[in-house]
Amino acid sequence: MKKSRRIFSSIYMWIVLAFFYLPIVYVVFFSFNSSKSLSNFTGFSTKWYEEMFSNRSIMEAIMVTVVIAVIATAVSTVVGTITAIGMSKSKKVVREFITQTNNLPMLNPDIVTAIGFMLFFTSLRISTGFVTMLLAHIAFCIPYVILSIMPRLRRLDPNMAEAAMDLGCTPWQAMWRVIIPQIKGGIIAGALVAFSMSFDDFVISLFTTGPGISNISIYVYSNVKRVNPTINALSAIIVYVVTAILIIVNVIPMIRDRRKGKNYEAITEIR
Amino acid sequence: MKSFAKLTIPYIVWMTIMIIVPMLMIVLYAVTVQGNDVLTFQFTFSNFIRFFQDSIFPTVLWRSLTMAFFTTLICIAIGYPMAYAMAKLKPRSQAIMVLLVTLPMWINMLVRTYAWKGILSNFDLSSEICVYIGMVYNFLPFMILQIYTSLSKIDENLIIASHDLGANDRQTFLRVVLPLSLSGVISGITLVFLPAVSSFFIPKLLGGGQYVLIGNLIEDYFISTGDWNFGSAISLIMAIIILISMYVTKKLDKEPPEVND
Repeated sequence: MKKSRRIFSSIYMWIVLAFFYLPIVYVVFFSFNSSKSLSNFTGFSTKWYEEMFSNRSIMEAIMVTVVIAVIATAVSTVVGTITAIGMSKSKKVVREFITQTNNLPMLNPDIVTAIGFMLFFTSLRISTGFVTMLLAHIAFCIPYVILSIMPRLRRLDPNMAEAAMDLGCTPWQAMWRVIIPQIKGGIIAGALVAFSMSFDDFVISLFTTGPGISNISIYVYSNVKRVNPTINALSAIIVYVVTAILIIVNVIPMIRDRRKGKNYEAITEIR
Repeated sequence: MKSFAKLTIPYIVWMTIMIIVPMLMIVLYAVTVQGNDVLTFQFTFSNFIRFFQDSIFPTVLWRSLTMAFFTTLICIAIGYPMAYAMAKLKPRSQAIMVLLVTLPMWINMLVRTYAWKGILSNFDLSSEICVYIGMVYNFLPFMILQIYTSLSKIDENLIIASHDLGANDRQTFLRVVLPLSLSGVISGITLVFLPAVSSFFIPKLLGGGQYVLIGNLIEDYFISTGDWNFGSAISLIMAIIILISMYVTKKLDKEPPEVND
C-alpha cells in the first residue's frame, strides 16, 4: 500500500513538472521550425536563429537588458550593503522607517510602483529612456539586497567591529576586513536576486522607458501580436543560457558535497 | 560605532525621492483634475465617482478579483499535494526537485507566457480558460515553494509522536501537518493573489485582448489614453483593495489553530 502511494506521488510530481516544462520545450522545438507556423512542424531549420542575430532591435534589446541589469546590480549591491550595515548600528526608529518604506515596492503590485515612477519622472520633466529605466531598476533592487543582508547582520556579533577598532582599525577597515567578510553570503545572494529581478523585469521597465529603448521583455511584449518566429529563437536562447548557468551553479556544489561526503566517509572509516 | 549609523543617510534621501514621492504622486494625481499646473491643484473626487458609476469598471475590478481568487485556489489545490510529495522525498531528491521547480522561474515570465500562446493555439479554448492556464502556470511555483518550505521545516518527531499516540495517517495530517504548514499556504496566497490581481500581460497575451482585467485598464489609461488622473485613481482603488486583502490574510496567519509557541 505504501509503495503504490509512493508511485502515485511520483507520477503526480512528474505531471506537474511536465506542466512547467511543456511550454519551454515547445518553444525550443518550434524555434527550429522551417516555417512560420507555431503548431505545424514542417522541417528542421536554424534560419530563425540567423534572423534573430541579424535583427538589430533584438540585439539592442539584449544589450539594454544586460547593461541595465549589470549596472543596477552593481549599484544596488553597494548601496544596499552600506545601508544595511548602517541600519544595524542605527536607532530602532530609523531601522523601522527604512524597512517599512522598503516594503512598499515589494508589497505593492509592480504596476503601481511603475506608474509612480512614470508620474515622478514626467512631472520633473525628465524625458524617459535608458537613464530613467536604470534609476527605476536600481530603486526596486535595493530593497531586495537589504532584505537578504539584514538577517546575516543580525547574527553578527556587534563586538567584533568594536574589537577591530580597539585594535587600531579605522571604521573603514573594520567594515572591509571584519563585517563584510562575514556577511559575504548575504551580499552575493542579494546581488543574484537583484540581477534576476532586473533582467526579468517587464512592468516597471515598460512604464519608465522612452521611445526606442526596449529590454527583452518589452520587445517580446510589443512583437507578439503578429506571428514572429524570431521570438521563438530568442526565447530558446534565453532557455539555453539560463539552463546552462543554473546547472553550473547547482551541480558544482552538489558534486563538491558528494566529494566532501566521500572524504568524510573515508575519514570516519580510517578512524 | 555611531559613524556607521550615518551610512544610512544617503539611502534615506534616495528612498524618500524614489519610493515615497512617487507613491504620493499617485495619490495626488488620483484626487486632482486633468491638466493641472504644477502649482495650482484642483482637488476632486470625480475620478473615484466615475469609476464606481460606470458600468464597465466595477465589472472589470470584480472579474480581476474573482480571477485572482480562483487562480489562488487552483494553485493551492495543485501545489499542496506537490509540495507534500516533495517533502516526503530523500534529501538529495528534494534538492533536485526544488531545483526543477525553480528553474523555469528563472526564464523571463513574458517568454514563458508567450510560449503558451503557441500551445494554446492548437486548441479551441475560450480566452478565459487560456488566461487561467497562464496565471496558474506563472504563479504555481511560488505556491509550491512556500508550502514546501513550511512542510520541510516540520520536525519528523512530531509525526512519529502523533502515530505513537494512536493517530492514523489522516488524523496526523489534519491535526499536525496541515496546521503547521498553514503559514506556508498563507505566504503562498500573498505571493499568488497579489500579482494575479494586477497582472496585465497574461490576459493581454493569452486572452487575445478580449479578456480585460484591472491591470489592462491601468495600462490603457497611462499608455494609450493618457488620462493619468483617472489611471491613478484606478491604481489607488486596486492598491487599497489589495492592502485590505493582505491585511485579512495576515490576520489569518496570526491565529493558527491550536498551535502555541
